[in-house]
Amino acid sequence: MNYEISLLTTMAIAVTFALSLNLITGFCGQISLGHATFQGVGAYAAAMLGQAGWPFLATLPVSMILAGLLGAIVGLASLRVRADFLAITTMGVGFLFVGIVRQQDALGGELGISSIPDHGLGRVGFMVLALIVCAAVAALSVYIKRSWMGRVFNGIAEDEDTMRVLGIDVPRYKLAAFAMGTALAGLSGAFYAYHLNFIGAESFGFVESITVLSMVVFGGIGSVPGVIIAAALLSVLPAWFQVIGDYKLLVYGGLLFLMMRFSPGGMTGLVNRFARPKTSAQGNQS
Amino acid sequence: MSKPLDGATLLKVDHVTVRFGGLTAVDDVSFEVHEGDLLGLIGPNGAGKTTMMRSIIGVVQPTEGSVSLDGESLNGLPVHKRIQRGMSLSQQLVKPLRDISIAENVAMAAASDKTISPLRALLNVSTDKELAIAQNELARVGIASMAAQSPGIQPLGVLKRLELARALALKPRLLLLDEPLAGLNSQEAHALATTIAEINKQGLTIVLIEHNLGEVMRICHRLVVLDNGKKIGDGDPRTVMTDPIVRAAYLGGDTVSAAVVHSDMENQHA
Repeated sequence: MNYEISLLTTMAIAVTFALSLNLITGFCGQISLGHATFQGVGAYAAAMLGQAGWPFLATLPVSMILAGLLGAIVGLASLRVRADFLAITTMGVGFLFVGIVRQQDALGGELGISSIPDHGLGRVGFMVLALIVCAAVAALSVYIKRSWMGRVFNGIAEDEDTMRVLGIDVPRYKLAAFAMGTALAGLSGAFYAYHLNFIGAESFGFVESITVLSMVVFGGIGSVPGVIIAAALLSVLPAWFQVIGDYKLLVYGGLLFLMMRFSPGGMTGLVNRFARPKTSAQGNQS
Repeated sequence: MSKPLDGATLLKVDHVTVRFGGLTAVDDVSFEVHEGDLLGLIGPNGAGKTTMMRSIIGVVQPTEGSVSLDGESLNGLPVHKRIQRGMSLSQQLVKPLRDISIAENVAMAAASDKTISPLRALLNVSTDKELAIAQNELARVGIASMAAQSPGIQPLGVLKRLELARALALKPRLLLLDEPLAGLNSQEAHALATTIAEINKQGLTIVLIEHNLGEVMRICHRLVVLDNGKKIGDGDPRTVMTDPIVRAAYLGGDTVSAAVVHSDMENQHA
């Protein structure tokens, strides 16, 4: 039973994390190659506050705020420039994060932070809370998609220049997506730290950023149910198949390439294509 | 025939120069657009018309000079701020959002009060009001029946009208049209030009870039002529077109006089 509880918790955290990137990449069309950094910021914040005696629940808002703040700073520095600049900047920030954390003894250095105190919710309680947070983030995603914010995000993902001519403050919307997405990544990081009781810089490196990006792409960029299913599946695969754990970058990198090449709409796109054969991308009026 | 220019100055282009590296695309151009005007901005290919339009809307910042709307300088303002101040641009290359319907495309423009900040956009879900405005604007340009369709499958004539409806849905004080007739056949061009003239009669100030000289002569109150980035003519269309400098520079004398006589001249691109 313990194994299933742990598995479900892992899934819930991974889905929350993937949905947070989906806000940025899926909804708003901004590619981030360093999303794990923001999960890392949340994880380290929660772990260190926990060691300092803070209760688990109190660490959550701080993790979110710190990750979101760093996100806003990175966003401000890169979102006003060309579209692909963000991908490069976030990748750089990712390497910077790992590099700095490994050198700082205060942050655990190479050894990471172990003996993170217990959350005091019990295994089931922690799992339920992780699932609730995951569901709330999913609900928020669905709501955003239906709101005018979601419509604007969609427009920006398709054609920034046109949105500008429609009077949209494009950089501000991108920044909003980035700040929200990174804050929620920080939240998932806090759960991650308390779930594993141990974190190290390597847990939030480039491989993890690619992994979460491939979850979003695999599920179907922008599709909330697609991303949930993809993240749930891909997060437990390494636990079931040792091979995948050993060749993570190869598997996820390959997946990313195959999806972009053959089905840019991800699994959601594939399902739609088979469910509605012969209907063009435009869809049918009726 | 042409309306007297008694309106107040709405747009003022003051000694604008735009340089790209060594190339001077717009060279010290000044003109004014008055309230209620329908001004044709014309000139041969490469004369700097589109660059002029882009420096008005803010895609390009002028190297020298200034652009002001209603007495307030627009210098340094990004595109979206200028749009929010009451300008809108119908682009030469029609770029609808292809994932959403024609009506939703127009509604996106109509929602400008809800999308002015991300927070306000997040708190608003309803599209009823915007879709109603969209339906209105689509009727105004004559494609109300296509509202529910996807823009991806439409002919250029419909897309040009969609672009115009979207620009109108922003409720501008000044409408900038960049070659709205390009690519249309003479019948479609005639119909759309008539629509543009009607919209102007309803009180909207319009600046029109257009190569279709026949339609320009038919609907514009005033012309500004550019050649090699310089202004070479400004005033009543017929007077401007009989000016020897304009006739020499723009298309060659014969073509111009022919266009003045036969205002149903074929589109230059056809």
